[in-house]
Amino acid sequence: MALERSDVEKIAHLARLQLREDEVEGYTQTLSDILALVDQLQAADTADVEPMAHPLDAVQRLRADVVSEDNQRELLQSVAPAVENGLFLVPKVIE
Amino acid sequence: MFDKTLAELAGGLAAGDFSSLELTESCLNRIKTQDAAYNSFITVTEELALNQARAADSLRASGKAGIFTGLPMAHKDIFCTQGVRTSCASRMLDNFIAPYDATLIRKFNEAGAVTLGKTNMDEFAMGSSNESSFYGPARNPWDTERVPGGSSGGSAAAIAARLVPAATGTDTGGSIRQPAALCGITGLKPTYGRVSRYGMIAFASSLDQAGPMARTAEDAALMLNVMAGFDPLDSTCVEREVPDYSASLNDSLEGLRIGLPKEYFADNLNPAIAEQVQNAIREFEKLGATVKEISLPNTALAVPAYYIIAPAEASTNLSRFDGVRYGYRCDNPVDLEDLYKRTRGEGFGDEVKRRIMVGTYALSAGYYDAYYRKAQQARRLIQQDFVKALAEVDVIMGPTTPQPAFRIGEKSSDPVQMYMEDIYTLALNLAGLPGMSVPCGQAQGLPVGLQIIGNYFAEAKLLNVAHRFQQATDWHTQAPASIKG
Amino acid sequence: MEWETVIGLEIHVQLATKTKIFSGSSTAFGAEPNTQACAVDLALPGTLPVFNENALRMAVMFGLAIDAEIGKRSVFERKNYFYPDLPKGYQTTQLAEPVVGRGHVDIERADGSTHRVRIHHAHLEEDAGKSLHEDFHGMTGIDLNRAGTPLIEIVTEPDMRSADEAVAFARTLHSLVTSLGICDGNMAEGSLRFDVNVSVRPKGTETLGTRTETKNLNSFRFMEEAIELEVERQIDVLESGGEIRQETRLYNGDTKVARAMRSKEEANDYRYFPCPDLLPIVIDDAYVEAVRATLPILPAQWKATFVEQYGLSDYDASVLSSNNVQAAYFDQVAKACGDGKLAANWVMGELAKHLNQHDTDIQASPVSAEQLGGLLERIKDNTLSGNIAKKVFEIMWQDGGSADEIIEAKGLKQVTDSGAIEQIVDQVIANNTKQVEQYQAAEPDKRGKMLGFFMGQVMKASGGKANPGAVTGILKQKLDALCD
Repeated sequence: MALERSDVEKIAHLARLQLREDEVEGYTQTLSDILALVDQLQAADTADVEPMAHPLDAVQRLRADVVSEDNQRELLQSVAPAVENGLFLVPKVIE
Repeated sequence: MFDKTLAELAGGLAAGDFSSLELTESCLNRIKTQDAAYNSFITVTEELALNQARAADSLRASGKAGIFTGLPMAHKDIFCTQGVRTSCASRMLDNFIAPYDATLIRKFNEAGAVTLGKTNMDEFAMGSSNESSFYGPARNPWDTERVPGGSSGGSAAAIAARLVPAATGTDTGGSIRQPAALCGITGLKPTYGRVSRYGMIAFASSLDQAGPMARTAEDAALMLNVMAGFDPLDSTCVEREVPDYSASLNDSLEGLRIGLPKEYFADNLNPAIAEQVQNAIREFEKLGATVKEISLPNTALAVPAYYIIAPAEASTNLSRFDGVRYGYRCDNPVDLEDLYKRTRGEGFGDEVKRRIMVGTYALSAGYYDAYYRKAQQARRLIQQDFVKALAEVDVIMGPTTPQPAFRIGEKSSDPVQMYMEDIYTLALNLAGLPGMSVPCGQAQGLPVGLQIIGNYFAEAKLLNVAHRFQQATDWHTQAPASIKG
Repeated sequence: MEWETVIGLEIHVQLATKTKIFSGSSTAFGAEPNTQACAVDLALPGTLPVFNENALRMAVMFGLAIDAEIGKRSVFERKNYFYPDLPKGYQTTQLAEPVVGRGHVDIERADGSTHRVRIHHAHLEEDAGKSLHEDFHGMTGIDLNRAGTPLIEIVTEPDMRSADEAVAFARTLHSLVTSLGICDGNMAEGSLRFDVNVSVRPKGTETLGTRTETKNLNSFRFMEEAIELEVERQIDVLESGGEIRQETRLYNGDTKVARAMRSKEEANDYRYFPCPDLLPIVIDDAYVEAVRATLPILPAQWKATFVEQYGLSDYDASVLSSNNVQAAYFDQVAKACGDGKLAANWVMGELAKHLNQHDTDIQASPVSAEQLGGLLERIKDNTLSGNIAKKVFEIMWQDGGSADEIIEAKGLKQVTDSGAIEQIVDQVIANNTKQVEQYQAAEPDKRGKMLGFFMGQVMKASGGKANPGAVTGILKQKLDALCD
């Protein structure tokens, strides 16, 4: 399936990716090529085939409800770009 | 010393021929003087390595050394390593000093291994050539104008160049096996769930699996003994006994049933590779194996299914990189949307953005059933092919890659052509099965890999088969001509 | 035109687990920012979720309590959107296969009739962090302590027709989840948050009108106000020829003003898909039955018992059964003293007053049901008067001890011995000659009212210990004898 430029812009917005003006054309081309590749799947007869989300037929293991983590704020925030009073800072959020 | 395997080095350490400190210094020295040609390391952890080596030596002096104590190795830069930059070869994490250890790192530390550094890779493990690394491509020691394969290209190149005896890798669609093949080393992708994914930066959660990369199957077994096993921190890690992978290496191959999928020997396979693989099969026949042709009829579905499922999972796994809690953040964001879009637009490279967009598209409203659901159905068909085949044969063999190592830049402008590199490897990740690549010859002076596929949790069998092959052949001992002593 | 209001609710209930749904961080409220946000909660690269068994158990308890189908297989999915209080860039939630399927909750309308609200489903999910909008140089601060707190989101059918019904439902649900012990019910701390979907339609029509969603209401009053305001707004818009826009709204309980949210204007494409880091949750009948065996008595069951067994009024029974701890407490007190009405008066009176004054709840009451039951027994057998009992209760509250120990130690036993009472009465008559003269002078039918003064004096002189019934009889007899 061939994508339009506007499709790519829409997808990039959904994925929160800033693309440069001069990149959009190239992505439109390569994404269309990839979609053409994956479209080969459409020919496959998958009627009545149970989708397989996971390689192993396993079920979720449960964790005991016991506190195992202590306060590591200093360590964990040592890699944060902007912190004040223990809070992560972001540009103003408008609800 | 640099030409020795892990097993040989373990023997030397035990015998007191050299200390871990001497060994480590020698490795560090080789990396320092020679890696400029290969760019196989992103970070060399000299201080950490020397401290670990000293600790290993004193442990040995107190008589408490295990087999891995003091053995030097490298880790793919996808495993979080506390106090060490863990970049995933991305600008996004160029400044990320991991505040915790991945389970795999912790296990190697506890086993006494010495970490020499973090190896180069494709950005976020997305690629088959190592060209998408933010730190520039790693180079193939057999021909430095060629790619080492990817995404674990740095680990493969470092081992092939005899900078390190062994390294960890991860394999989402062939990222251990393909670079192992292209660099002439031995690599194993275990069964999904055999090795913990905790602390391994996720590409595609239902496909990712860590594994050993080394010169020999014997070394891979030593490493898997450390890596494999249950981890309560990973819901997808399997609670199942871990055998001693070294114990069965020498078992006889008499009566081993080998299946050759006809689909793996079709048109796009380089004839020189086909020939080397056939030669290897004859070697197995000499060892007592029987060979039959099998069919994996849904093979053609693997590439399209994979390039929906992997990008879909990746597109959301990589949403956490938003410039808020760690990693790259764009300068002076004017608002929240600007923060997200520029951080991610500037922090991710081209191929990563491409895959995020493919995955976003495949999951978006109106396309889910046509793409994602359909791909999950195809995934089951592919798995069923293998289950049927493995009911009749013990192992499946074929080429690891359709071509030997290609030139840097040759495929980087055409992602689809690049994706076809993994045509023989990625079906295994979809099915969750274990697979190995072992050196089995050369084509145009470049290494050729034989892929060996086994049933779920049959890693011991794969290692046994590979080891017996390596006992009978010397392809795994061949070193690139450029290697300096 | 006459309009009909149609209301459906989505309720986020924070589960009272010790740790988060996918990590071992504490969920305790009120910690310093980001001190209860571990590597998993911060979505550090490489971290993975592992599901909390208690969250599952509590969700199943809820399902059983509303008579719902329990999902023997339920699946976590990722709901993808970018927001700074959502560290992974997706919320782990359930969509196609939730843990709790269709069920129902019966509510009581103001007129006493019962109304059934259908529950569409309830699913497990993780809470987000908090955005703090105080001024950090024009920035917003993010606290992720709440991120990953387990929630069940309960989705009702649009089965309510007024703000009153919606509030009655909310109150019933509140008492249900607190009685089950799966939520602390603290609405001020956000433990229970309501999203109300409101639409109006001409009365008698079937088609639903366009609805709006007012999010995050955290008190019953705000909920009532927000619904009434929104109904009024929608009718105004429609009657002036306008159209209702489907939108998300916010209601400010302090200013009593509602407005549409700005941030969610674009249509979201959440790209749900099964979370590959988590496997399907599979439970069997044995698990469900084991959970069922742990279900406490529920409010509706308590209430019926209280009315039938103890003869309480509907109102008293409702109040006492609204909270499981209180209901069980009352039940124990009532059994101990053998008088449900007396027990109800004390639990809803003296005890509630003390709890209130000391800003505590019945769970932390220093006076246990056993102690209170013992006290009421002594009222029943006339050992204590009501007033003295209050004194004993006060001592119990302060210093502990059983009623009998306190009575013994303080000598508070009621005096019923008529000889002793006669002595006091004689004394009082002798000391109050003026009042006795007034009594004698009064018309016989007015004398009864004047008795109160002498009663008070006798009780005072006895230190409150004299049995009031006995005092009245003796007083009357002696005073009337003086009048002859």
